[in-house]
Amino acid sequence: MNKPSGSFLQESDSFFQAKRRFKDRFARHAIASGGLAVIGAILLIFLYLLYEIMPLFQSADIEEQAEYSISSDHDPVHLAIEEQGELFLRLDAGGNANFHEVDSGGVRKQQSLLESGVRVSSFAVSSEESRVFGLGLSNGSVLVAKHDYEPVYTGESREIVPSLSFPIGDFPRILTDSSSAIRVLAIRDGEDQATIAALDEAHTLHIMQVEKEQNFLSEEWEFTEKSFALNDIGDSVRYLLLSEDQRYLFVLSGQAELKVIDLRAARSSEIDAVVGQYTLTAGAMVNDIRFLLGGISLLVSDSSGAVTQWFWQSFDGLRRLEKVREFATKPGSARIVTEQRRKGFVVLGDTGSLQLAHATSGSTSLDADTGLKRLPVAAAIAPRANLLILEDDTRKIKVWQIDNPHPEVTFSALWQQVWYESYSEPEYVWQSSASNNDFEPKYSFSPLAFGTLKAAFYSMLLAAPLAICGAIYTAFFMAPAIRRKIKPLVELMEALPTVILGFLAGLWLAPFVEKHLPAMFSMLLLMPPAILLFAFVWSRLPARLRNLLPDGWQALLLIPVIALLGAACIAASQSMELLFFEGDARAWLTNDLGVSYDQRNALVVGVAMGFAVIPTIFSIAEDAIFAVPKHLTNGSLALGATPWQTLLRVVMPTASPGIFSAMMIGLGRAVGETMIVLMATGNTPIMDANIFEGMRTLAANIAVEVPEAEVDSSHYRVLFLAAFVLFMFTFFVNTIAELIRQRLRERYGSL
Amino acid sequence: MNTVEEKNSLYKSRKQSVGAWFGSGEPWIWVTGSAVAASVIAVVGLLLILLVRGLSHFWPADIIEFEYLDERSGQQTTVVGEITDSEQVSLEQLRSAGLQLPEEGGEFRQRDLIKTGNRDVTGSDFRWYLSENMRNIRFPKGLMVLERYEWGNFYGYLLNVKEQGREIAAQQPAEFDPETWQVFEARLKRAIELNDTIKAIEKHETRALNYRLERLRLAERELELEIGLDALAKNLAMAEIAQERAEIDAEYEVLQTRLTDLHQQVDRDSFTAVTADGRQLSLPFAKIVDALLPNQLNAVEKTWVWFTKIGRFLSEDPREANTEGGVFPAIFGTVLMVILMSIMVTPFGVVAAVYLREYARQGFVTRTIRIAVNNLAGVPSIVYGVFGLGFFVYGVGEQIDQLFFQAALPAPTFGTPGLLWASLTLAILTVPVVIVATEEGLSRIPRAVREGSLALGATKAETLWRVILPMASPAMMTGVILAVARAAGEVAPLMLVGVVKLAPALPLDGNFPYLHLDQKFMHLGFHIYDVGFQSPNVEAARPLVYATAFLLVVVIAVLNFAAVSIRNHLREKYKALEH
Repeated sequence: MNKPSGSFLQESDSFFQAKRRFKDRFARHAIASGGLAVIGAILLIFLYLLYEIMPLFQSADIEEQAEYSISSDHDPVHLAIEEQGELFLRLDAGGNANFHEVDSGGVRKQQSLLESGVRVSSFAVSSEESRVFGLGLSNGSVLVAKHDYEPVYTGESREIVPSLSFPIGDFPRILTDSSSAIRVLAIRDGEDQATIAALDEAHTLHIMQVEKEQNFLSEEWEFTEKSFALNDIGDSVRYLLLSEDQRYLFVLSGQAELKVIDLRAARSSEIDAVVGQYTLTAGAMVNDIRFLLGGISLLVSDSSGAVTQWFWQSFDGLRRLEKVREFATKPGSARIVTEQRRKGFVVLGDTGSLQLAHATSGSTSLDADTGLKRLPVAAAIAPRANLLILEDDTRKIKVWQIDNPHPEVTFSALWQQVWYESYSEPEYVWQSSASNNDFEPKYSFSPLAFGTLKAAFYSMLLAAPLAICGAIYTAFFMAPAIRRKIKPLVELMEALPTVILGFLAGLWLAPFVEKHLPAMFSMLLLMPPAILLFAFVWSRLPARLRNLLPDGWQALLLIPVIALLGAACIAASQSMELLFFEGDARAWLTNDLGVSYDQRNALVVGVAMGFAVIPTIFSIAEDAIFAVPKHLTNGSLALGATPWQTLLRVVMPTASPGIFSAMMIGLGRAVGETMIVLMATGNTPIMDANIFEGMRTLAANIAVEVPEAEVDSSHYRVLFLAAFVLFMFTFFVNTIAELIRQRLRERYGSL
Repeated sequence: MNTVEEKNSLYKSRKQSVGAWFGSGEPWIWVTGSAVAASVIAVVGLLLILLVRGLSHFWPADIIEFEYLDERSGQQTTVVGEITDSEQVSLEQLRSAGLQLPEEGGEFRQRDLIKTGNRDVTGSDFRWYLSENMRNIRFPKGLMVLERYEWGNFYGYLLNVKEQGREIAAQQPAEFDPETWQVFEARLKRAIELNDTIKAIEKHETRALNYRLERLRLAERELELEIGLDALAKNLAMAEIAQERAEIDAEYEVLQTRLTDLHQQVDRDSFTAVTADGRQLSLPFAKIVDALLPNQLNAVEKTWVWFTKIGRFLSEDPREANTEGGVFPAIFGTVLMVILMSIMVTPFGVVAAVYLREYARQGFVTRTIRIAVNNLAGVPSIVYGVFGLGFFVYGVGEQIDQLFFQAALPAPTFGTPGLLWASLTLAILTVPVVIVATEEGLSRIPRAVREGSLALGATKAETLWRVILPMASPAMMTGVILAVARAAGEVAPLMLVGVVKLAPALPLDGNFPYLHLDQKFMHLGFHIYDVGFQSPNVEAARPLVYATAFLLVVVIAVLNFAAVSIRNHLREKYKALEH
C-alpha cells in the first residue's frame, strides 16, 4: 500500500533499506499472527466448553472384543466380572467356581464349592455390587459365598488374585428337614445379619436369619441362626427377592402376581404378614424381576416387551408399590442385568437383542444385536459398566466393550420433571451428590435456571427503573457541572468488586432487612408520594426562592429528602412492627400470610445485584440518551413542547434501542453474577418465586460444585454444560445489544 | 442545554394548578432526579459503611467495666469489655426470649453488644447486655487489653510479673502501679523481639532447608525413574544425594538447637492476670502479641495506636483461622497475581488491537470479531474459571506434569490450581478490556498523523512503532489499569484456579527459582468471602472483613481513578489533533 519506494532514498545504502523492508514484513506477520492467536485463544473458550460437553450427548456404543468357547460339564448359573475387567467368575450348576481371563477365556483359578453328588438347584445374589451370592442346593441347603479380588504386585507387573470367602460360614446352611431341593432362592447379606429365603420342592418357604457377631478378642465371626417356615405360599412361585433392609420378601408367582411379605410380622405370627399384593402386568408374563442399584426400585420385564420400574410410595403412612416408569424396549425382552455403580441396566431379548437403558433418564441409549439369535444363558456387566459378557447355550462366550459414559444425562432429564427414586411425584430437583454410593444423582437444570432468572428478575426490577430514570435525568436534565461529578461516581460503583457487595448483602443487609422489614415496605410505599409532594411544595414556593437553585440541580436537593425519609422509615420500623405486625413482621409473614422467610432471600439479592447492575445499565443508557442530536431536542423545544414532552416524544423514541441494549447487557450481567448470589442467598435449589426465599443460580452452583466434581464424570460435564449455557446466553444477549447499538450509531451518524 | 433551562424557568415563573403542574411533566422530572439521588445515597452510604466499620475496628476504644444484674438468674456479675454495637429492641421480643422485665421503662429497651474477650475462660467472646441492668459503669485506668496468639483478646488487670516462676513485680488489680506496668512492658518487648527472631528463622532458614530436602527427594526419584543410566553412575549420584542430605540434616540439627534455645528464652517470663470476675490466669509472654491500657490513652496516643494497628493489619500474617491478625499474604498474593496477569495481558491485548485496527482488512469478518471480543467482556467470569480449571489445570497442567515433573507424581505440580493458572485465566478474562481500550485509542489517532509519517517515507512498522504506539500508549495504560482493576476484584474464577484460604508460604521467596508459579496463593477478595462466610467465629472476624473490604475498595478506586485521569489527560493531549 504505502510502502516507501526507494527512488528518493537512493543515497541510503541498500542494506539498510532491505533491513527496513524486512522489519516491516516481519512486524506485519508477527502482529497478524499474534493478533489472530489472541482471537483464536478467545474462541478456544467456546470450543473447549463444547468439547467438554459433547460426550454428554453422544449415544452409547458397544464393540465386540472377544469371542471364544470354554469347556465345562455344566451350564452356568452366574457370571461376574471383576473391577479391572481382567477376570470373570463363572459359577456352574455343578458348584464349580472358575475364574477365567476375560480376553482369552483361559482358566486362572478353579474351585469346587460342593461335595460330590450335590448340585446347584437355584441361585441368588445379595446384590451385584456386594459380590455376595447364594447357591440353593439339591439337598435342601444353601451356601453363601463372596468372590473377592486382590491385586498382587511383583516388581512392575500386577496380577489380580481371585478368591472366595464365606460371609456366614464356609458350610451349607441346612434349611429343610426333608432335604428336598431348593427351587427358588433369595438372599441378602448385611453388616450384622444375613437373610435367606428358600422355596423347596414341597412349596414350603423357609426363612433363615443369620446374625453375625465378631468376637473382639479372637476376631472370629460367630453366627446365630433363626429359622421359620411359611406354608401357604402357592405352588407357582417363580422369583423371590429380599429388600435391602432384609425385612420385606417379594414373591412373584403365576404370571405376574407379586406379593410382599413383612418377614418381621411373619415371624411372630402369620396374620397380616402380606402387606401388599399387586398384579404387575395385565396379561403379560413376567420374564425377569430384579432390584436396581440401591435396592429401592424393582425392574420388571415381561413378555410383551415392556420393562417397568416400581418403587415404594408412602400415602398417609401406608406404603404401596407404584409403577413409576416404563421403558421403551423391544418385544421379547427377557433378562435384565443391572449396573453396579449407576442406575443403568442392560435388557437382553430372546431374539438376541441388547439394549442399554438408564432409570433416571428413562431412556434407552443403545439398541444392538448380539448376534446370538436367542437369549443368553448367563450375562454379566463389569462394575465400571465398560464390559459385558454373554454366554449362550453352546458354552460360547462373547465379550463386548461398552462405551456409555453418561447415560443419566439427556435433554429431558436436564429440563423436564423426573420421577426420582423415593419421591412421591415427578419433580425438578438438583442434587448432585450424596454420601452413599448408590445415590441417584439428580441433574435438573430447571431449578437452577429458575433461580438464575429469579435473581436476575428481582435485581432488574430494582435496577432497571432506577438506572434508566437516573440516565434520563443525568443526560437530559442535569446541569453539566454535576453531571461531570456523577459519572465517575457511577464508574466507581461499576468497579466495586462483587465480592464486597455480596459480603455486605449477606452479613449486613440480610440481617438488617430481616430486622427492619416494615421499613422496607414503608420506604417502597412512601418514597414516590413523598418526592412528588416535595416537588409540589417546591413549585409553590416563591419564585425568588426557587431561582436560588439553578436548573438541573433537583437531584441534589432530593438527596437529603430521600436520606431523611429513609432514616425516618428505619427509625419508625419497630413501632410499625408493633402497630401492624404484632411486634414481629417476620412471624406475621409466616403465620398470617403463609409466606416462608429466609434471611438470605431474593429481596436481598435483588438489592445487592441491582446495585451491581445499575451502573452498567446507567452508563450505556446515559450514553444513548446523551447522543441524541441536539438539533432534534432544540427543535422540539422551540416548537413549544415542554422538556418532559420533548423527552417522551423526541428523545426516548430515538434513544430507546440504546436503552433496550443497556437493559440487555444489564440482564447479561445479572444472569452471570456469581459472588453476590453465592453470599447473599442460602444456595438452596428450590423453585419458588417468593421474594422472601432464596435460590441457587447456575453460576453459584458451578462455583460451589466444580472444585469437588470428579474430572470427566457426568457431574463435571453437566457443570461445564451449565457454564456453556451461561456463556451462550450472555453472548447471545450481548450480541443483540451490540448490534442494536451499532445500528443506532449509524442512524445518529446520518442525522 | 440553554434552551432547556430557559424553558424550565419559563414554566417555573408561572403559578399553576395541580393538574397543570402534572401536565407540564415537572413532577416526573423530579422522579427521575430522585433515581440519581437514590443511587448517590446508595454508593456513598456503602462506602461510608465500609469506611466506618472497617477503620473503627482499629481504634483503641475505652474499656468499660460495670456490674450486671443477670435477667435470668438475678445474679450480679462484673463485666469488662468493649462496646461494639447497640440497638433498640422491643419489650415484646425480649419477653418472648424469656426475660423478666418490668412494664415501666418504655416499649423499647437498649441493649449493647459487648466484646468481653477471654474466650479461653468464658467460652464466648461477644454478648448482649441490657443497658438498664448495667450498674456502676466505670473506666478503670488499670484495665488492659492483651492481643494474644490464641483465644483472641484478653481483658483484665495485671497482677504480677514472673521470671522463671519467681515474682519480680506485683500490684493490686484495683490500684494501677506504673512501675509494675513498666516491668511488664519491658518483658513483653523482649518476648516480642525473641518471637520475631524465632518466626524469622522458621520462615526463612527452616523453610529453605525443607525446600532443599524436597528437591533432593525429587532428584532421587528422578534418578530412580531414569532407565538409560548404568548402575555405577546411578550409585554415584545417589551417594552424592545422600551426602548432601546428611549436610542438610546437620544444618537442621544446628538450627533446631538454636530454636530450642530461643524457645527456652522466650518461655522464661510469664505474668498473672485477673479477669473482671476475679479469676486468675497465668500467661506466658510468648503468647502475647500486644498489650494496651486504652483507658489511659489520650486522643493523640490513640491515633498513634490506631495507625500502628492499621500498619500491623497491612503487614502481618493472619492468625486464628484468618479471624485475627493481618492480611499481608492476601495483599501480596493479589498484587503478584495481578502483576503476572498484566505482564501476560498487555502485549497480547495490544497486539490483537493493533492487528484488528491497523493490519486486518476492515470488513464483515473484522467487525464480527470486534463484536465477539466486545461481548466476551460481558461473559460471566465463572465461565472463565471453569475454562481455566478444565483447560489449564486439568488439561495443560497435567500434560506438563507428565512431561517435566514426573518425579513428583502422583502429587501434582502444575496439574493443580496455582498462581500461573490463576493469572492466565484472569489474563484471558481481561484481554477484551485491553483490546477494546487500545482500539479506542488507536481509532482516536487522526489519519493525518499516519499519512504524514508514511508520506515522509517511513514503513508501516516504523509508523506504528515511532508514531502510533507512543500516541496510543495512554489508551493502552487505561486498558491495562482497567484490566488490573477488574482482575483485582474478581473472585469467582479464582476460587476454581488457585486461590486458597491459607497459603503456607508466599509464592515469592529466597529459594530457587524464587517465583513459584505452581503455588497456591491468598487473595483479598477471596479472603473476604472466606472469613465472612466460612469462618468459625464470624462475629469476631466481621470487623476484619470490613477492613479488608475497605482496603480492596481503596485499591480498586485508586486504580480506576488513575485510569480515568490518564484517559482524560490523553483526550486533552490529542484534542488539538482531532480537527
